[in-house]
Amino acid sequence: MKAIRSMVLVSSDPVSIERGANDIYKSLQREIKSFGLEDEISLTMVGDVGRNDAAPLVIVYPDAVIYGPVDEKDVHFLVEEHLYKGRIAAGLQAPVRELSGKIAWLSSRKGTLPAEQRIVLERAGLIDPDSIDEYFIHDGYQALAKAVTEMKPAEICDLLEKSGLRGRGGAGFPTGTKWRFVNKTPGSKKYVVCNADESEPGTFKDRLILEGDPHSIVEALAIAAYAVGADEGYIYIRGEYTLAQQRLHRAIEQARELGLLGKNIFGTDFSFDLHVHSGAGAYICGEETALIESIEGKRGEPRARPPYPTTNGLWGKPTLVNNVETLANVPPILRHGPEWYRKFGTPSSPGTKVYTILGNVNTTGLIEVPMGITLREVIAIYAKGMKHNKSFKLAQTGGSSGSIIPASLQDTPMDFDSFAKAGVALGSGALLICDEDTCVVDLARNLLNFFRKESCGKCTPCRVGNQRAFEILTNISEGTGSLKDLDDLMSLSNQLYQLSNCGLGQTAGAPIRDILTYFRAEVEAHIRLKVCPTGVCPMSGKKI
Amino acid sequence: MAIEQKDGKQVKEAVNTAIQRYGATSDELIPILNEVNRAVGYLPAEALDEISRQLKLPKSQLFSVASFYRMLSTKPRGRHVIQFCENAPCHVAGGREVWQALTDELHLKDEETSADGKWSLVTTSCLGICGVGPVMVIDDDIYGNVDPKQVPSILARYH
Repeated sequence: MKAIRSMVLVSSDPVSIERGANDIYKSLQREIKSFGLEDEISLTMVGDVGRNDAAPLVIVYPDAVIYGPVDEKDVHFLVEEHLYKGRIAAGLQAPVRELSGKIAWLSSRKGTLPAEQRIVLERAGLIDPDSIDEYFIHDGYQALAKAVTEMKPAEICDLLEKSGLRGRGGAGFPTGTKWRFVNKTPGSKKYVVCNADESEPGTFKDRLILEGDPHSIVEALAIAAYAVGADEGYIYIRGEYTLAQQRLHRAIEQARELGLLGKNIFGTDFSFDLHVHSGAGAYICGEETALIESIEGKRGEPRARPPYPTTNGLWGKPTLVNNVETLANVPPILRHGPEWYRKFGTPSSPGTKVYTILGNVNTTGLIEVPMGITLREVIAIYAKGMKHNKSFKLAQTGGSSGSIIPASLQDTPMDFDSFAKAGVALGSGALLICDEDTCVVDLARNLLNFFRKESCGKCTPCRVGNQRAFEILTNISEGTGSLKDLDDLMSLSNQLYQLSNCGLGQTAGAPIRDILTYFRAEVEAHIRLKVCPTGVCPMSGKKI
Repeated sequence: MAIEQKDGKQVKEAVNTAIQRYGATSDELIPILNEVNRAVGYLPAEALDEISRQLKLPKSQLFSVASFYRMLSTKPRGRHVIQFCENAPCHVAGGREVWQALTDELHLKDEETSADGKWSLVTTSCLGICGVGPVMVIDDDIYGNVDPKQVPSILARYH
């Protein structure tokens, strides 16, 4: 392997590409070659670095100097000054104050900005996702080697239970316990499945893990297969994520070539192979039994549970289904041990959580922080405050199946148990932060529109309940609602929760419950005064 | 990638290519449908018949699957398909105004195709690029941070 002196990263998110990142990459290549540095400097396109107002960005390691926005004509100067002469190219650095997200973390090594805590995203953006060698250099596949050569399957389940890792897909079920269920189910054929059908509105954490560090998921699935006794795995990834799919295919090929997938891994009698299965656009396929139906080539309609997939899953066999972010936590826990993992987060929810910050804030993007941080901290530190100095009204967590969190709960620690105690849900990690100009009726109507369209239609409470709730909210937003509508909405919300077959219907009523609990006066103003206090709703008087 | 009209022979070829690539098993049904939909622009009845024959699956299952998933269409679509994200993050970031501009410019409603076969307009659920909302996707091109004023110039890039 060559000795690399410096690592140069070029951001390649859509905004950077639009602003010429490809040309900058090519000029960098040319310039590095013309200075004769090609053997000691690695050059990589790194995907989304988190911020794009200074795009395209060029980041030079190990100095952690960030240049941006870089123009093609600056490239010669940049290479000559920084890479050849070894000093910072004056005038090209990105303004530090505006940097956040991943950049904040990158520069935190210099001690300049509040640091994130990265476990699952530790490599994303730092390595070339298409290179298994770079993954090796950053401790890649060590956890798998340790698992299959030194540990018994049951020990791995024990270790995960001790670490306290809980599922990051939304429900927060203890991961080690789930693994043990599958491990204990007898059967000669078992499956492991990675749920990468990330469709929760506002959530794109799994995409960035898969695009930035695909090998970590391949490694984690192999460990999972060993721990539960499976020999075949699927990554079910949503059809829209084409780049992530390409990178996974590449990663799996590379792992197969080196014998990290296939027969007799690390010379043991453990064999495992992996398929990537693309979805075709259906939110419901994120529900684990719908996902299994979809892999089997059917409509994505959830099965009745029990029996659970841990005993009767894919093709009726015991199946382990885990979210991408959950799996990405596994190799670090195996490498460093459960005590290390418990140092992060809260006692009931150890570890970190990846959040996507969206809405009316100064900085949107992706952060990975310890469990238990509060909304107030997220808004003040990572989101850099509310846009135009407006006041914070509510946050919608975890995509559409999360909760609407009013400003009064912004100091609740964000972990599974504290949120459950406060009567709200953490969901999948999207934080849609809304200011005073947001109308709760309009927001709830938008969320119910999503559920009514994405309901698979199999069970009546969800199929009809969501449609009816959407119609009532539409009437309220048009100024033709009645006070009785509010009682009807509340009973619809309860029926959705109690009678629906799967998680979609059960959580679909949450926005209704939340706006009537925390913002009832504002909803009533639409009905009693025929006024939308924020001026968002049309109030035009058409009745459905 | 603009979609051109395909004749029966080309449809059959697209089906064969997809089945060769993925194999004639029922767990590859959705990838096969995805690929045929991409090549042909939608899933004509003859494509579903052919897949049903080769995979030995009932036609009813083919139609039930093809009509379930958002990325599959059993109806012909325009040469260019505009997908507009209507979920809360884009909605809050100004998506409503962009949608208004789109419908004004194209004189189309959700799920409609223009009479000249140039445009299809569809709303979609989250595309996972919410950091740059409001978001729309035309064919394979992603547009983020869309301003209503940019809509005419974006549409003018397509012929």
